[in-house]
Parts: sequence; C-alpha cells; structure tokens
Amino acid sequence: MVDTKVVLSGLTLDNPVIPASGTFGFGQEFAEFYDINILGSFSFKGTTRDARFGNPTPRIAECREGMINAVGLQNPGVDHVIAHELPALKKIFHKPVIANISGFSIDDYAYSCEKIDKEEQVGLIEVNISCPNVRHGGMSFGTQPEMAAEVTRAVKQVTTKPVYMKLSPNVTDIVAIARACEEAGADGICLINTMLGMRIDTMRRKPVIANKMGGFSGAAIFPVAVRMVYQVAQACKIPVIGCGGVQTAHDVIEMMMAGATAVEVGAANLVNPYACKEIIEALPAEMERLHIEKLSDIIGIVK
Amino acid sequence: MDNEPLTASVWRMRLEGDTQWITRPGQFVNIAIEGLYLRRPISVSDYDEHTLTLIYKVVGEGTRRMSTMGKGTELDLLTGLGNGFSVDVPSQKPLLVGGGVGVPPLYNLARKLLAQGKKVKVVLGFNTSEEIFYEKEFRALGCEVYVATADGSHGVRGFVTTVIKESGIDFDYFYACGPLPMLRALYDAVEQDGEMSFEERMGCGFGACMGCSCETKYGAKRICKDGPVLKKEEIVW
Repeated sequence: MVDTKVVLSGLTLDNPVIPASGTFGFGQEFAEFYDINILGSFSFKGTTRDARFGNPTPRIAECREGMINAVGLQNPGVDHVIAHELPALKKIFHKPVIANISGFSIDDYAYSCEKIDKEEQVGLIEVNISCPNVRHGGMSFGTQPEMAAEVTRAVKQVTTKPVYMKLSPNVTDIVAIARACEEAGADGICLINTMLGMRIDTMRRKPVIANKMGGFSGAAIFPVAVRMVYQVAQACKIPVIGCGGVQTAHDVIEMMMAGATAVEVGAANLVNPYACKEIIEALPAEMERLHIEKLSDIIGIVK
Repeated sequence: MDNEPLTASVWRMRLEGDTQWITRPGQFVNIAIEGLYLRRPISVSDYDEHTLTLIYKVVGEGTRRMSTMGKGTELDLLTGLGNGFSVDVPSQKPLLVGGGVGVPPLYNLARKLLAQGKKVKVVLGFNTSEEIFYEKEFRALGCEVYVATADGSHGVRGFVTTVIKESGIDFDYFYACGPLPMLRALYDAVEQDGEMSFEERMGCGFGACMGCSCETKYGAKRICKDGPVLKKEEIVW
C-alpha cells in the first residue's frame, strides 16, 4: 500500500491532486460527474471584491495541445461566494478548500482575504497575482518583486490562514518574484498561471479572442511549468504547488520531483471532466512502477 | 452507425450508445476528437433510447475530421449537455424557425410537440436551394413547412422573417435556432413569446470554465449550461 499523503503548511491532503482555479468552478458541475471528496483539495474560481461579468466573447481559442482563455475573472464577488457558494459547496465537499482571491488594488486583495479568513471551510488562501486577462490588476502585481511582496504583506496582515502566492510565468526572473513573496511572509508559492498567448482567425484576419490575447494553458505548457517549479523550489524554503499542463499521474510525479508538494490540474478538467479522478486512481500504480512508497519522499528529489 | 452528406457541407451522423442523459430537444453533445485539444459541441437533432442523430456543418478541422469517420468508429461523447427547449409551455400553435445548420435541433422538438397533439408549423431558411436539407423530413412528420432562400432559388425569396410576414403564419409561441442575425431579426419581427438557441465558442461545455458566458436580464448565463436556449424575454442583444 503506497502513501499518497502530502502536507501543505499544516494542511494534510489525502493526495496531491488539486483542480486549479478557474477550471473547476465552485465544484458543483464536477459533482455531477463524480464524488469530488476524492480530491486532495480544490482551488475555487478566482474571486474578487465585487462581482464581475468578465470579458466579451469569444473567450476561448483552441491551440495544439492546449487552449487560450480570456474569461477575465468572471465571478459573483466575495460576499456572494461566502453567502451562497461556500454553503452549497459544504454539502458536496467535506475537506478544506483553497480560496483563490484576485484583485485590482492592494486594498481589494486585503478586503477579500479578510472576509475569506473567517470561513472555516477555507484551508488555504491562494492569492492570484497573475491573471493575464484583466487590465490594471492581476498580473501587474505578479510581474514585479516589490509589488508581489506588497500584496503578500497586505494579505498576511489580515489572515491567519496559510497564504500561497500564485505567480505568472510571463516574467524574466521567476525566482526574484518568488523570493520577494517568501521574504514578505508568504507560506507558499503556486505556479504557473497561464502564459500570455494569441491566435488569429486567418479567414477573418482578426484575433480569435475578443480580448485579442489570453492565457495559454494545457499539455503544451507542462515543460515550462516543471522548469519554473524546479527553479523556485531550489531557491525558496516554502512549499510550492506546481501547476501547468498536468494531464496524468506521471505528470504529477514529475512535477513533485521538480519540487512541488502538491499539484494542480487545470485545462485537463475542461477537456475530460474525469481527469482528476483518473489521475488519482492511476497514482498508486504509477508510484509502484517508479518504486515510490511514500509520495512525499520524492518532493524536490531532483537536485 | 452511418455518416453521410445531406448537402455539399452538411453531414448527418447516426450513433449508437447510451442516450439516457439526453432529456430534452435542443440539448447538445461534446465530442472528443483524436488529435484536437478541445471537444466539439454539436446539437442533437434526434434521439431515442439507443441512437443519436447529429447533423453538422463542416466548418473547421474538427467537423472536417468528423466527416471522414466511417461506420464502426467509436467516439467519446459527453451527452445531455445544456438546458434544451421547453416542451411544456402552454402553446397550441407553436412555430419552429430554423436557419441553416440551426435547423437540426428543431427536428426532435417537432416530434415531441406533435406527440402532444399540437399543430406544428416550421419555417426553414437557407441561402440557396443547394443548401436545403430536412424539408421533406419535417413534412413527413406532419408539420406545415415553409421555406425561404436568400436568393429565391426555392420557396419564398428572402429570410425566415419574410415568410412569416408574407404567409401570415398564425402561431402563439416560437422556438428558433440559427445564425445570430436571423435570431435578432426574428426577435424584432414578431410579437409572440418564444425561445432561442444560441451558439458560442466553448471551453468545457458543462459549465465549469465560464468561456461562453452572455449577459441576460437575469444576470450572466453560461450558454453551455444555463443555455443554449434562452427565453425571448431574458435576451439582451
């Protein structure tokens, strides 16, 4: 019997598999497909201070081995999430959930995190400073070390829950940003968010996506994610949640060997709603094949 | 079971499998296609306990590959997606309006409404006579069928709205599926209540990604999960 448990800042997960924010809503749609309590945890839809409709459509473009989205943080706002989504989630998911919080100012982040801090269901806060699909916010906080540190400090002041900063790959020096977050008190790092991408409809001679550019995700970005997880895990002492292009149990193990304590699965959920279930079920056999008894033993084993 | 062309670009595929999740006409399936990342959402034209009929237009790589699939090909489908048309509205004289490749989901709807003993009228709009499909099939069901072609090569010259006006079609509720300009023109042209099926580029097709959201009078809705059918009164253009 293999051991798939991992620990994120005191939070023990039955397995490291976590659906990534924005690909799993608030769990309801997936609960129609399978019992989502098999998950390690899941990161709910990026939530902001106020409700947002998001960007105009089309918001989706297909790519080879991936997709671009420009949803633009559509969400009902933090008060609605607390009043409606979390109580509804409680009925179908009995483990601590990860709250993904986004904002357009330092105050926004602090406001939403302070509210979420009071929610017992939330085990960990993932602060999204890397959304490529909104102006004046999101990614602009995650591309400069000083700004990333400032958001981290502001959030840490208003919550006692573990704070993980979700970073953008669209930067020249990921290590500098991760270190800035660590020094500012972050409990962990989550990376990578989507890569800025673009597709063109050659018949119409226009971008496929109404917002022109969007976040590229899917299997194609896996090697970039592994590289960045490795770089950050080498440079920081705090745990890393690896994210980007994970499709299989093998990918989970590879990401953990690069330095991830837990692994998020994103776009794969949209193509195959059973993706996380299939990964979790395949994990023990894949561990045995690779002679791994305890999954936590391999975290960052590659030097 | 089979896959055959109905016109130069419109194909009909019949599949055998578990259809228990399809509960209403106007729902869709999302098809995984080997080598392509995203699934392809296609409306269900007709279904019974074991079979599924899809009518699709070849517009891109996904539908092109579908058109090359032969008998015996196994497909991975998510079925029973979307809300579908409501067949329980208190209408006695429903009108079904389809434009081009928006026609297919109306076929099962017509069957359901006829089974309720309703008198069903159908208006089909196409660009030219070569693009027409299913006119005979709707007649064979027992519907009163009107056809419009933009170039006048068959039926009334003009659009679906032209036929409705010129033929003075009497109806008390409508169901529509077709290109956006057609839906908009219909919305403006008729006073009756009704519902319309919309299209949008989708990510997942089951409500998770917020890729296909639209604004309605009652807030944001997902075309794939809360739609594709919207009531006339909630539509915001």
